[in-house]
Amino acid sequence: MAEISVPSSLDGVEPVQSVRTPIRMEYIFTPGVAAQTYLREFGNKKILGNVSPVDGAVLVPPRGADPRHGALCDEFVEMPHTGHVGSFCVTNVPIPGRDLELPYISAWIFLDGADIGFLNLVAECPPEECRIGMRVEAVWKPDDEIGMTAENILYWKPTGEPDIPFEAAGVRGWHVRRKGEADA
Amino acid sequence: MESNERLSAPLVLEYPFRRTTGPVIGAFLTGLREKIVLGIKRQDGTVLVPPTEYDPETSETLTEMVEVAQQGEVITWTWVQEPRPQSPWDSPHALAMIKLEGADTPLFHAVLAEGPEVLEVGMKVRIKWREVTEGHIKDIEGFVPFEESNG
Repeated sequence: MAEISVPSSLDGVEPVQSVRTPIRMEYIFTPGVAAQTYLREFGNKKILGNVSPVDGAVLVPPRGADPRHGALCDEFVEMPHTGHVGSFCVTNVPIPGRDLELPYISAWIFLDGADIGFLNLVAECPPEECRIGMRVEAVWKPDDEIGMTAENILYWKPTGEPDIPFEAAGVRGWHVRRKGEADA
Repeated sequence: MESNERLSAPLVLEYPFRRTTGPVIGAFLTGLREKIVLGIKRQDGTVLVPPTEYDPETSETLTEMVEVAQQGEVITWTWVQEPRPQSPWDSPHALAMIKLEGADTPLFHAVLAEGPEVLEVGMKVRIKWREVTEGHIKDIEGFVPFEESNG
């Protein structure tokens, strides 16, 4: 690191090394049509995705638009509760506001049939055994605790089925499928 | 809940932690605690206030911190009649880009004035320090208008 020179009036004073700049924003979140539809069905233990009118890509969770094309998505599809880990991160350092037991695994979960992933927790799996392409399934809260909230799924656990190939995992899968269709 | 009732829920987004400053912002905040303002010199001799570790145009590492004046001029401003609940200021004030003498870039801060009719692009303002400083941008309570005595 480069040596910083300061005016002599600061010689010998205790340097400031950290600062608190707390940022807090409080909203009333009102979901739009797509998110409302998604949340209502999520409250029935169903996971919905949107289908892109441009190329049929399945987007989960549905946002009402295909952000690549700015195209309106009004077609919903129900998704299975199984998928694979597209990529993941093992967290060993506690973060304020996140009181999970360490270490924990956050992963991009790609549901079967989905073309994008979403962030969620993976558990019932030692961190050293987590891998890209690992098959997982949803672990839901007890039925009487299910609501219209993203907290319905506690985490995703390994199914024990064979992995999907690395080359087809996560966003790589998109290109693999496109090529398959082009070759067909 | 009725099935056609609109959903809504409170959402709080918060970053509560302390963060490390790095050497340049650290020195800038140290200066504020000692009630001086530091900028950093670029290769061409111009001075960035607030200072950055790297030249924003050439990406060169910058290391020479220099003191600038505690007065300067308003480059542009807007009036805040009703500060938001978490604003550092609880009475009406201006937010302004202020170019201190000796600096070549403006600093964003409040101008503590009675009303928007007092504000003017090019007007002279100077720092009003808090009595107790701790090494934080809030060590500057704001800037206040003043008349130059020797025109």
